[in-house]
Amino acid sequence: MTMKKVFSRPASLSKTPFHYCPGCDHGVIHRLVAEAIDELEVGDRTIGVAPVGCSVFAYDYFNFDFNQAAHGRAPAVATGIKRTRPDSIVFTYQGDGDLAAIGTAEIIHAANRGEKITVIFVNNAIYGMTGGQMAPTTLIGMKTQTSPYGRDASTAGNPIKMSEMIATLESPVYVTRVTINSVANLMKAKKAIYNAFKLQKEGKGFSFVEVVAICPTNWGKKPADSHKWLTENMLPVFPLGTFKDTLGVEKSA
Amino acid sequence: MSKWVINESLCKGCGICIARCPLKILAYADHLTPKGVYPAAITDEAKCTSCAICARSCPDVAIEIYKEEK
Amino acid sequence: MAKVLMKGNEAIGEAAVLAGCRYYFGYPITPQSELPAYLAKRLPEVDGVFVQAESEVAAINMVYGSGSAGARVMTSSSSPGISLKQEGISYIAGAEVPCLIVNVMRGGPGLGNIAPAQSDYWQSTRGGGHGDYRTIVLAPNSVQEMADMTITGFDLSDRFRNPVLLLSDGVLGQMMEPVNLPEPHDYNINSKKWALGYRGSDKNERNLCSSIFLDNDELEEHNWHLYQKYQVITDLFSKGEYKDFAVEEHLCDDAEIILVGYGIISRILKTVVEKCRKRGIKAGLVRPKVLWPFPTAVFERLAKTASQFLVVEMSCGQMVEDVKLSVDGKKPVFFFGRTGGTVPSDFEILNEVDKLVRPD
Repeated sequence: MTMKKVFSRPASLSKTPFHYCPGCDHGVIHRLVAEAIDELEVGDRTIGVAPVGCSVFAYDYFNFDFNQAAHGRAPAVATGIKRTRPDSIVFTYQGDGDLAAIGTAEIIHAANRGEKITVIFVNNAIYGMTGGQMAPTTLIGMKTQTSPYGRDASTAGNPIKMSEMIATLESPVYVTRVTINSVANLMKAKKAIYNAFKLQKEGKGFSFVEVVAICPTNWGKKPADSHKWLTENMLPVFPLGTFKDTLGVEKSA
Repeated sequence: MSKWVINESLCKGCGICIARCPLKILAYADHLTPKGVYPAAITDEAKCTSCAICARSCPDVAIEIYKEEK
Repeated sequence: MAKVLMKGNEAIGEAAVLAGCRYYFGYPITPQSELPAYLAKRLPEVDGVFVQAESEVAAINMVYGSGSAGARVMTSSSSPGISLKQEGISYIAGAEVPCLIVNVMRGGPGLGNIAPAQSDYWQSTRGGGHGDYRTIVLAPNSVQEMADMTITGFDLSDRFRNPVLLLSDGVLGQMMEPVNLPEPHDYNINSKKWALGYRGSDKNERNLCSSIFLDNDELEEHNWHLYQKYQVITDLFSKGEYKDFAVEEHLCDDAEIILVGYGIISRILKTVVEKCRKRGIKAGLVRPKVLWPFPTAVFERLAKTASQFLVVEMSCGQMVEDVKLSVDGKKPVFFFGRTGGTVPSDFEILNEVDKLVRPD
């Protein structure tokens, strides 16, 4: 009897161990990106753009070319790369502080120009790298370093819903929100990320995948408890679903 | 050869695989890795169906899954 | 090519195209608007890309992306917009990505006004953004030089993988002069082995453009590497092949008073020198054409023969500090400036010279 490999590390993922905290969702999301790149056979022409935040070292974990951008500017950098090398597969990988706070202008306008790039947006409602400050996506009442009494809508506003906002624009072709709180949802997230890159490979428009994720360290919870907390608290505010699928990529797949 | 192979040097002991295993055949090992982590371990490999839920859930891509081929 | 009549801003645009630049990312601001307008029309004719960004911040980061992918790429702006670009320029310098940045200077600080000024000298020559870095700063004084220095700027930025700043002002940008356009230059986007998306058979395992070095020792090594590169650039302009390019001297050999100015001011100073000579005053002119690295050697030499220096700027006195550093206390260095958008007349400068030369 021989043994067949059912699951192992995708080729586009480098051998470097992740620096992320135990249980952090970034590792799985990185792997899903690498799997999509491998399945679409575009690893030799993919260029990633790393953000500022916990995933600042994303470039260490993939086996293809990378640019490391300034905080929030990844969509502008990706615009420059994609316009210069239109046959490349260009994606940004950004957190909620990077994309939904300091980089709001860059993401909205890259989306609105319909840049033919893919954006992977990891929303865990907190700044991780700097030690747990309030993010634009922090929930009402959620305690962070900079909202020690809980986020108060009257002074700090409400959680920004980026997918919904971007879906109001004409140009993006695919805007979806997924999570990886269970294996079933993880497989849906895998499909969404695949769809987003497939659209780019086909030369279509701007694709955006928001992944609602956990931050066990800064939430002060165990990883498994964090996924439960996410399900009960984040998903009511950030409902899963596809907000825009102009070309019907989900049906065609 | 095992169906369930872990690279203990990558495991951070987060316990997500243990929580998600549908057959409840994963548990923390009773030894520490050089990083000071109690890694995940399989308690009853004969029961393992190679479903790969643990491996797909692992944030550190520390688990490889094999299946017996007839 | 035949001479054509062009505005300074447009001459930069056409020269960029001739230099093989096919990518422009910018944001509207006065008084540089003719340049993006020209390229918005011109670049599509040569299969180039023109993007009007959502901000100067986005524009410079698009430049970072495009340059990191191997392009000859440029942006342009005017003073307040250049302030916004400093974040990106610092990243570009740190990641060693070539690009050309044009600043058509206007009055500041703050929103200031849209009239010509030279008050961004410090910002341009001291880095501008955060960290230990330098940009090469070229200062044209005619429409012809706007074109020529655009080509030189691209060559230098590619050669040293360093951002080059073309420092102009509202007068030069807006004025029309005949210009001899250079011959077109072929540029192959696949000529840079380090670039993202490079496809040559000798490609590295993978290419990375980054300015992050988290380990202290690694960042120190990187910063000294940059420093050594800046030393090579400094030598190139002080004693190497760009020695004559770096500075223009006019009637300095027997001069008692040396007038110093760059950009549009240098043209007024030339008139002042001629008027001085007619009146029996032995005046000369030094015009730095490169502001960083600053042509210190010229001042060291002239400090031995001349008796005093008068620096004239459209600012409250910025370049004068570099002249003082170069003269090193050996002779007195005086300053005259107008600011807020006023260009000094030859008459008022002549008055200043009179006061210095004939103190009674």
